[in-house]
Amino acid sequence: MKHARVAYGGVIYAATEDAGRVRLGSGEFVDASDLVWLPPFEVQTVFAVGLNYADHAQELAFKPQQEPLIFLKGPGTLAGHRARTRRPDVAFMHYECELAVVIGRPARHVPRAEAYQYVAGYTVANDYAIRDHLENYYRPNFRAKNWDAATLLGPWLVDAADVPDPMNLKLQTRVNGEVTQLGTTSKMVFDVPFLIEYLSAFMTLGPGDVILTGTPEGVVNVRPGDQVLTEVEGVGELLSFIVEDTASAP
Amino acid sequence: MGAQTRAAATNVLLYASPNYSMTKTAWLNLYGHPAPLCAEVDPLRHSARVGAREFTVAEERWEVPTRGNIYGVALNFRGALAALGTTTEAAPYLAPPRAPILYLKPRNTRIGYGAPIPVPASIKAVAVGATLGVVLSQSTYRIAASDAAEFIAGYTIVNDVTIPHESYYRPALKQKCRDGFCPVGPWIVERDQIGSADALAIRAYVNGKLALENNTANLIRPIHQLIADISAFMTLAAGDVLLVGLPENLPLARVGDRVAVEIEGLGRLENPLIAEAPAPRHP
Repeated sequence: MKHARVAYGGVIYAATEDAGRVRLGSGEFVDASDLVWLPPFEVQTVFAVGLNYADHAQELAFKPQQEPLIFLKGPGTLAGHRARTRRPDVAFMHYECELAVVIGRPARHVPRAEAYQYVAGYTVANDYAIRDHLENYYRPNFRAKNWDAATLLGPWLVDAADVPDPMNLKLQTRVNGEVTQLGTTSKMVFDVPFLIEYLSAFMTLGPGDVILTGTPEGVVNVRPGDQVLTEVEGVGELLSFIVEDTASAP
Repeated sequence: MGAQTRAAATNVLLYASPNYSMTKTAWLNLYGHPAPLCAEVDPLRHSARVGAREFTVAEERWEVPTRGNIYGVALNFRGALAALGTTTEAAPYLAPPRAPILYLKPRNTRIGYGAPIPVPASIKAVAVGATLGVVLSQSTYRIAASDAAEFIAGYTIVNDVTIPHESYYRPALKQKCRDGFCPVGPWIVERDQIGSADALAIRAYVNGKLALENNTANLIRPIHQLIADISAFMTLAAGDVLLVGLPENLPLARVGDRVAVEIEGLGRLENPLIAEAPAPRHP
């Protein structure tokens, strides 16, 4: 089953997909074009894995890690399907298409072999980076990776049971219809069971926590007016609009 | 002057300062209560009054006084940045920090006054991360430092427990985000109850012995500037807590120790360190 959270008629609903249509928790079927899509679950702690595809790490001139590079994100950076993301006045801002793993049960000291028992499901992430803002302290720093509305999740949370092999899914990004990024989750350096074992070894994960598992090579600069579609095979297609940064300075 | 007279004179001086009015209006969260409470608290006597009921801090079980997110700021004390010396010019840093460097203390780290801090068996000692928490009152984005006061609800005490680490290059998840590594409280003192938060003494104690003394006057970015500079690139929400920075030379503490963070005008946050339960054995 596929789950979403949407705003419709001034109300936030849990929704599901029913034969290609959106069915609100109230039972009504609604036209997808009338909806505002929110991140598809109540998001708690957001973990993001950096440099988790050898090809992307090479692209950024990094050696593969001995241990995963994991950073956290705050709620202000989250947004849903069809969100508008402001592009600050910088030289380089790029998308990152990622498989997002949503935790379903409290998890502590979970061995690799049992890790999938703790997964509620999967969604698509587009984790933008403002590359000009990178600094070498707690890198990637918040200013580069926690820009408002620059971490999209959605459209659907797909039940784990409906994603039989999450480590063998094609990833693809299209900018204005043109394919710019292609990869497969089979090329992750640290796979999903490893990440759950690794994190739960030193902290407690809980329902609604989500792990953004990293992006393969093929990140390009995006500009206002661009439409960016990030897709994970069998999980969904997440659309994003880049707009001018017209928010006023103090 | 006899000891008694000297003590009385000291008290007169303390209470004459705007940060030492007898009681202050604060918000707190008690275990078993469904909602936060408004209270009159006495930061020097470690007591509070809610309605007609008066109690000492030690008598109650405390919850974290806000549900907001807790964001830390790295290297915002002059001494902490100075401790890196010229290494900030060398690899991997290549330059001193420009914008505020943030980190998150996620939900699994949050505990209230008095709750035990679990220390993993592999860790010999943890640093007592004595710091001031600034609690936001409303959504804060692209504001000027001169307007920042209106965005502050109040102040609290935070122990940003940290496993000592030398490098600031990569996010310090393993060092900062373990369960129970962020005691907060006991309460949030309302902003207007504190004269100026830019010159508050911060102290840490290990087993009652003074182990750290510093002051928010030593911040590289004072509080209003810090909020403005963060708000230039991300939105902070009502209830969020901003940790203003960790002083240099943080004291270390071990399992069995009792650690306390004290901030002038706010009170004292105390927690014991216990051994973390070992991982279950898997066949």
